[in-house]
Formats: sequence, C-alpha cells, structure tokens
Amino acid sequence: MRHTISVLVINEFGVLSRISGLFSGRGFNIESLTVAETLDPAISRMTIVTTGDEAILEQITKQLNKLVSVIKVHDFKGEPHIERELLLIKITANAETRAEVLRIVDIFRAKVVDVSPRAYTIELTGDEEKVEAFKDLLRPFGIKEIVSTGRIAMPRTPKHK
Amino acid sequence: MTKKKGKMTGAEIFLECLAEEKVDTIFGFPGGAVLPIYDALYDAPIKHVLVRHEQGAVHAADGYARATGRPGVVLVTSGPGATNTVTGIATAYMDSIPMVVFTGQVPTALIGNDAFQEADIVGITRPCTKHNYLVKDIKDLTRVIKEAFYIASTGRPGPVLVDLPKDVLNATYEFSYPDKVELPSYHPTYKGNSRQIQKAIDIILKSKRPVVYAGGGVVLSDAAAQLKTFCEKLNLPTTNTLMGLGGFPGTHKLFMGMLGMHGTYAANMAVTNTDCLIAIGSRFDDRVTGKTEEFAQYAKIIHIDIDPTSISKNVKVDVPIVGDVCNVLKELIKLVPAAKGLKEYKSNTAEWHEQIDKWSTTHKLSYKDSPKGRLKPQYVVEQLYKITKGDAIITTEVGQNQMWAAQFFLYDKPRTYLTSGGLGTMGFGLPAAIGAQIAFPKKTVVDIAGDGSIQMNIQEIATAVQYKLPVKVVILNNIVLGMVRQWQEFFYDKRYSHTCVSVAPDYVKLADAYGAVGLATGKRDEVASVLKEAMKVKDRPVIMDFRVDPAENVYPMVPAGQPLNKMLLV
Repeated sequence: MRHTISVLVINEFGVLSRISGLFSGRGFNIESLTVAETLDPAISRMTIVTTGDEAILEQITKQLNKLVSVIKVHDFKGEPHIERELLLIKITANAETRAEVLRIVDIFRAKVVDVSPRAYTIELTGDEEKVEAFKDLLRPFGIKEIVSTGRIAMPRTPKHK
Repeated sequence: MTKKKGKMTGAEIFLECLAEEKVDTIFGFPGGAVLPIYDALYDAPIKHVLVRHEQGAVHAADGYARATGRPGVVLVTSGPGATNTVTGIATAYMDSIPMVVFTGQVPTALIGNDAFQEADIVGITRPCTKHNYLVKDIKDLTRVIKEAFYIASTGRPGPVLVDLPKDVLNATYEFSYPDKVELPSYHPTYKGNSRQIQKAIDIILKSKRPVVYAGGGVVLSDAAAQLKTFCEKLNLPTTNTLMGLGGFPGTHKLFMGMLGMHGTYAANMAVTNTDCLIAIGSRFDDRVTGKTEEFAQYAKIIHIDIDPTSISKNVKVDVPIVGDVCNVLKELIKLVPAAKGLKEYKSNTAEWHEQIDKWSTTHKLSYKDSPKGRLKPQYVVEQLYKITKGDAIITTEVGQNQMWAAQFFLYDKPRTYLTSGGLGTMGFGLPAAIGAQIAFPKKTVVDIAGDGSIQMNIQEIATAVQYKLPVKVVILNNIVLGMVRQWQEFFYDKRYSHTCVSVAPDYVKLADAYGAVGLATGKRDEVASVLKEAMKVKDRPVIMDFRVDPAENVYPMVPAGQPLNKMLLV
C-alpha cells in the first residue's frame, strides 16, 4: 500500500540524513522525498512517498516520531487531500507532430517552456494519475528526457455544514 | 534564570557544564583535537579515568551507568579515537543505557578536508545514538551539552554523542548554563493511559494462567520495588529477560528464571501456555520470543513500555500502555484492592501455580557434574554465588559465560547483572566492571568471562591496576569460542571451523606482567579456595583462570527460530 507522509522537522544540518538513514537502516522503502522550508524558517517539511503494509507504516510513523529532530508526522492515508508533482519532459516535435503535441499540452493544461527546431520541453503539474496519462500520450512522439519532482501534499480544508 | 560566570574558553565551559550536570567521573583517552580539554582537566576537580583503548572507555562509562543509573561520560579525540567508540556506543544504544560521548573534532575550517585524524563521527554514529550533535559555534556549546544529558537520561535512555571541533574548544565566550531544555520535538510519555491501565487489570483478573515477562525497562526505570509489589499482590509468576535480571528478585518464590533461547524450562513453558502475558519494559527480542507466531499464542498480551516503537513491533499486543514502567506499575498497584473478581482470580489461578511448580521441580537448571571429571563452568559460577552470597556486581563478556552467569548466579537486586544483551559485544565485561567498581569502590565486582572474549579488551587490566581497582576476572577457560562451537556442534555437523583458541597467553603470567594477581586451577576442589583468595585482594585486579570442560554446552537451548517449548535439554 502506498502512503504519502508529511514530516515536520527542525531545519538543521544533517536532518535529511537522519530521516533517509532511518528508512535505509530499517529497510523501509522511499519512493520519493521532497524537502522545503515551511512558513517558519526554523522548520522544514519533508513529504515522503513510501510503501508497506499497515504494520510497516505504523513502525515508520513511530520511528520517525522517535527522532529528536522530528516535530510531527502525518499520514495522508484515508483523508481528503491534494497531491501534486511537477514534470519536465522533453519530446521530439517536428513539423508533422507539433500540432498534435500542442493539442495534448492544451488538453492537460500543461505548458511549453522551451522550443527548438526538433524538440519541445513541456512543464506539467498534477497528481500521479495525470502525470502518468500525460507521459503515456506523449510516448509515441519520442520522449528524449524526463525530470520530475517528488510528490507534495496538503489536506483539503473541511467544508462547513 | 541562568547562572553566569564570565568569559571562559570552550574547554573550560565544557568542564563547567559537566560540573553543572554533577558528573564526577569521565572515562577517556587524550589526543590532538581534545588537548584544550585535557589541559583544562590538568587541575580540575573532576575524576578522569585513563583507559587503554577508547572502546574500553565507552564500556567503562556504560558499566558505570548501568551500576548507578546516572549517565556515563566519555571523552576521546577525533578520528580513530572517535571511531573506536562506535562499538561501545552501539552496545549502549541497543541496551538503552544513558551515556554522553564527547569526541574531539578537527577545527571547523578543516571539516570536510580529509584533515589529519578527521572522521565524520556524527555521520558514523547517527544510526547508533539516540541523538548526536556537531557543535559549530561556541554560542551553542552549553545548550547542546544540556540537551545531550537531558536526551540521554530521559524517556527511553540512550547514548548521545557531541562532536567538539578544536577551534570551538579554544574560542572564548560568556559561560551561562541554561536552566531548562527547550526541545519542541522531544516529549517522552511518562504517564500511562488510565483506561488502558484499567483494561489491563480487568484482563489479568479474568485470566487463569497469567505470566509477567519483565525486561531491562524495569531496571532502567528503577521500578524493581514496584514490580515486586505488583507481582506479589496479584500472585503473578514472573520471568525476566537477560536484561531484566535483578529487576525481580532471583530467589523469590514467584520467579521462574530467565526465558528465551537459554531460558528455564518453567519460564518457557509458562510463556508458551499463558493466557495473559504482561510484558513490562521488554521488547520481544528474537532471542526471547523464538518463533514469534507461536510466542504466547494463547494469550492476551499487555505491554507496558516507554517507547511506542517497541509496541507491536515483533508481536502484536492487545493492550499497549505507553509510559514509564515505574509510573504505570504504581497505577496498576493502586487499582488492585478495588478490582472486581479478586477472590475468583486467586482460585482460578491456583492450578496454574501448581503446574509451574511442577515444571520448575522436574526441569531444574542443571548440568552433569562429576567430582572426578573435568571442571564444569557452571560449578565455578555456583561457587562464586556461594562465596559472595550473591552480594556482588557481576559483569559478563558474551557467549556461554554470559548465559551461565545468567543461569547459575541469582540476582536479587537491580543493577547487579551488567551484560551486553542487545548487541552482544565481546570485550564488554572487563571495562564495564572497571566502570562499576569506580562507581562502587567497596563492592565486589566480578567479570565472568570466557577465554575468547576476555582477550578483546584485556588491555584494560592496566587501567584497573593504575586505579587500584580490585576487579575480579573469572575466566571460564575452555580454549574455544564456546557458544559458536556449541552452534557448530548442534547445527553445523561438528565442523569446528576456527573456534579453537588454544594459543593463548598464560593468564597467571599475564596478570603478573600487568601488576595484577593471577590464579589458576582446573580442579573442582580448588575452585572455592581460588575464589576466596581472590576476594581477599583489595588493591588490584585478580585474573582467575579456571580451566573448564571444553565440551560443555549451555542448556536448555531453543534453536533459533523455533518455538519456546521446543527446548534442547541437558
């Protein structure tokens, strides 16, 4: 089972290796990991995508909480939330295919950020499903290079009743 | 409010901080990067014990901490001095021993430059410390030291390492020791959830076959008295883990002995058949559980531990109680008088007590002794128990010696059996005995050793001689690496690959060379007199070389991965 976990940590040197070392040392899996400062510059947020059954996730959460540098651990599982990742993709685009590529870019509300005679570089944000669908559609044109960020997530604000 | 004392060097501030933390002893070894501290130590009131190897310093501080409950303090230099501490730190980490290790570091400007005697010790020790620090600015020094001691000794204790670059030690700054620690991310849970505690009592009173399985957490939490009261009030048969020995009186009628791989028949059978297992300050280690699927498989399991990660890690539990063992036991004790069904409980459990008594009497811990045959190691341990009347601090090395010391010496008080349980570090016992002897100069301190492991830190005999410590070393000399040999005999077709260590020093001459006392015998009827003679020595260490039967094995034994009731017996 895949989980997205948000970890608030003290923004100090070595904290990233404490977290990643915990995962490698205990045989937990990291699919992606992003780190950035929060509103409070003394605190960073790490968003980690990991997999494991319930018992493993319970251990991951507890072990993270046990680290002295960790302030809060939150698992987004089973809670309405928004997930996003950012994709940069460079594809072959010649005179015959350009129009079709642009149509797909348009449909996905992606953006062409660099153009050369034989290639487009496109930027897309979205959840995993959207990013995967986008890659699938572009694959036939010839993907030259892909760079993507890890996932970030935020809970949805509860609606008033 | 903070105390102020004016400008000082980092090294002086360091010593002031130790004084604030009421540290009376440092175990250390000097070197280039910590020269500023050693200079300040030259006329400082604090006691410094000069070891012969940095690993020895850490085990000695560990022994001091285990014997007293106060954090052990280590001071070593950068590079190899620091890396030599790693085994000791990992040992303390596995057994949750409070300790603060200070390592020198090259000046901040040189960090990362592969400078002379530079090692990234903070990186190296990250997975084997509770927390660690590199102090880059003298402004942070007092705060970090305060936090280090606080983290090491609160919650589930553990080692904390503080790396001190030389320029920070030489810099000057206003000394002011903080009163409080402010760690937004560190809040151990001490008080158990009262509903869970009530639930635990309810389950115990409905049980017919209850068992208490108590571990090192009882010792760490200084809860031996509370555990005894709790078990007596509810008439609970009790077993200890290796780390828990002494946490419950070894001579108590409710005590079944140790459980696990080399546990007693009664303890292992009781845990296998219990319908209510009360795990207290223990962590379901694989050496305790054997095959986890069958461990206490008929039981509702109640687990009291201060560390949430210990709960349901290896074995799923029914009633987790996160909290300090001592606090939770006090709460449990309070609930007993008003508990429903106390009378029925007593009659419901009567049969269980009879069953356990039967197991205990039919399968006592034993060995095949023969007055004419070769000297048995168990006999030596029994004699030691008899002669000391159990009033001693025992440290052990690792292997057969450790198990015989756990089985044939009974520990009535906590902090009297000091052993490397989790990591299983050979070479632990002698330096740990030194640490314990420094903490308790008048006490009898004995390292029960094997001939294999004693040699791993034998250089510390010099330390014991230097400080006139009457540490007794009982070598159960079987000229083999006994525990490994035992596994080879049972599981590797008697192919004794590299377990014979017959090329060894003459320990009597060795003792003499160090300025210690050396005694030796291989005769059963001389054991008592050798031990008695050793006990008379009060001003230097004694090495006793007991030449015992190399073929002797530790029984019972649960082969790794087997359920606890599948014991190999004598």
